[in-house]
Amino acid sequence: MSHSTVPRSRTEADTTEKAPVASGGATGTRHNRPKGKLSWRLRFRRDRVLLLMTLPAVLLILVFNYLPILGNIVAFEDYDPYASDNGIVSMLHSPWVGLENFQQIFADSAFWSAVQNTLVLFFLQLILFFPIPILLALLINSVVRPRVRALSQAILYLPHFFSWVLVIAVFQQLLGGAGLFSQLLRQHGFDGLDVMTDPNTFKFLVTAQSVWKDAGWGIIVFLAALSSVSPDLYEAAAMDGAGRWRRMWHVTLPALRPVIALLLVLRVGDALTVGFEQILLQRDAVGPGAAEVLDTFVWWNGVRNQDFGYAAAAGLVKGVISLGLVLAANKVAHLMGEQGVYKK
Amino acid sequence: MTAVIDKPVKPAKSVRQPSRWAAPPRPTWEEEPSRAGLAGKGLVLTLACLGILFPLWIVLVTSLSSRKTIDQAGGLVMVPKGITFVAYKELLSGGQVTRAAVISVLITVVGTAFSMTVSVLCAYGLSRIGSLGHRWILMLLLATMFFSAGLIPTYLLVQSLGLTDSYLALILPSALSVFNILVLRGFFMGISQELVDSARIDGAGDFRILWQIVMPLSRAVLAVITLFYAVGYWSAWFNASLYLNDQDMMPLQNVMIQLVQKQEAPVGLGQAIKTGELSGLAVQMAVMVMALLPVAVLSPFVQRHFKKGMLTGAVKG
Repeated sequence: MSHSTVPRSRTEADTTEKAPVASGGATGTRHNRPKGKLSWRLRFRRDRVLLLMTLPAVLLILVFNYLPILGNIVAFEDYDPYASDNGIVSMLHSPWVGLENFQQIFADSAFWSAVQNTLVLFFLQLILFFPIPILLALLINSVVRPRVRALSQAILYLPHFFSWVLVIAVFQQLLGGAGLFSQLLRQHGFDGLDVMTDPNTFKFLVTAQSVWKDAGWGIIVFLAALSSVSPDLYEAAAMDGAGRWRRMWHVTLPALRPVIALLLVLRVGDALTVGFEQILLQRDAVGPGAAEVLDTFVWWNGVRNQDFGYAAAAGLVKGVISLGLVLAANKVAHLMGEQGVYKK
Repeated sequence: MTAVIDKPVKPAKSVRQPSRWAAPPRPTWEEEPSRAGLAGKGLVLTLACLGILFPLWIVLVTSLSSRKTIDQAGGLVMVPKGITFVAYKELLSGGQVTRAAVISVLITVVGTAFSMTVSVLCAYGLSRIGSLGHRWILMLLLATMFFSAGLIPTYLLVQSLGLTDSYLALILPSALSVFNILVLRGFFMGISQELVDSARIDGAGDFRILWQIVMPLSRAVLAVITLFYAVGYWSAWFNASLYLNDQDMMPLQNVMIQLVQKQEAPVGLGQAIKTGELSGLAVQMAVMVMALLPVAVLSPFVQRHFKKGMLTGAVKG
């Protein structure tokens, strides 16, 4: 350590930090810093390059993730976007109305319809979407031929990388009024059927689109969990007389449990977000009665109707409930003995 | 003058390598699978793959069909009858779609380069536990995964920063994914500390260590994250619809919404579609193929790194 007063590496820093503790409270020369920590100035000199490296990202995050939180003030205002050219200036000049926006929202039947649509879609996706990646992963995991496995994985992952615009365009070409399905029906003497604009089946359509796009990608986490199971466990179970299904029940599924719990927690925490871009793209074709969810409700009132205070209030309601849901879901996961998103 | 070159001696094929298509030997304790089970599994897997490939096949074939073939089929074509590139030629001969495609490519390239630079720097800056401010900055990033400021406040902010009608609005607000940064960081932390220390003793600074040691060792994860960012920029349409007013500035996805969802003819091609060789349907399909081709070609190459890349970040806290 003679070459420099500043420890240059982590290992060096660790030894200096731990030394006083290890010697049973003997303080040595650093008696004014009982825990053996380096002074701020030394640590800054050691780590300034690292700090500099994080600076651009920290600035971007502060400006685009944290700064807008203050903008939620408009939820308590009768915000006038034309008061000034600049949004922040208008915000300062708009009259304060307290909770009036929120009162209006809770009396708005369109808002409650959006809440209902959001929740129905969430449960539909939970029941119809969530199990599919697990089953597909079990299926792929049982495929032993390496080429078959790689090929089917490549195909199943592919739609995840398509844009929502493209996915909906594909569905329109298949199920729309001029699509393949209607085309076949008409050629066989039936009436055409436009699934893309039918409000009654819209929620199933949205779920089907999500499955087509992302169910394949979803298997990746489960495959990783499956590949970490030691083959010895399977062999031991087989020695004890467990057949194929008992091995799956007693070895495979317990290995998947933490992953399933984590994904469930994430999904429940995100329950009020049910595919904003996907639904917004189809909102006009289907109509708000069936297709309005909370996110599109905010978009419609704010961006289209320029009623920013009202829209921001709805967004804030959603944001606060979502935050509560994430924290609650984590709590439940911890109570169940699982890890959740963050550790206790 | 002719040089005599020794031909490399082919190794004798005494031991045949097992084909990668064949099944590896089964462990002795495992029972033979039943015929019905194998057939069932094969059927389900084939159906799942066909469910993804069949729609793409129809889109591709229709985009390559002539107007006559499309009219005969009564719309979408399932079996190709002669291939014509007329739709692509028209779309790529300048005009709305050509411009949109160029814009999308430029945004994707510039945006991905920017996102990767900032993310890699940040991930490396956070990769040494116990460095000054390490915990605080990490908390700052992690917390963003639990809340979002909301659409309206973000919109007002971008607008008051003067970014509307500028391509910066398509890059800056969505430039970073905290998840991607954490994945990179997890990978960087897995690189042996001895290697980094020895480089430091040799006098390398942090930038040099990152560039010459850490990044070359992280090619797999860098490829995966680059793909994630690039796909994000390529697929984005919402910010453009929100912040751009000029129709001539729109990227490919937004033009695709107009052409396919709203069934409009591309600017300048309306007449050709009404009267000539060109089929409106083929044009729609060709735009869709243009949007999916780069992704479909690139992602399989990165595929083998997915699992590795996804895991490391998730595990380390």
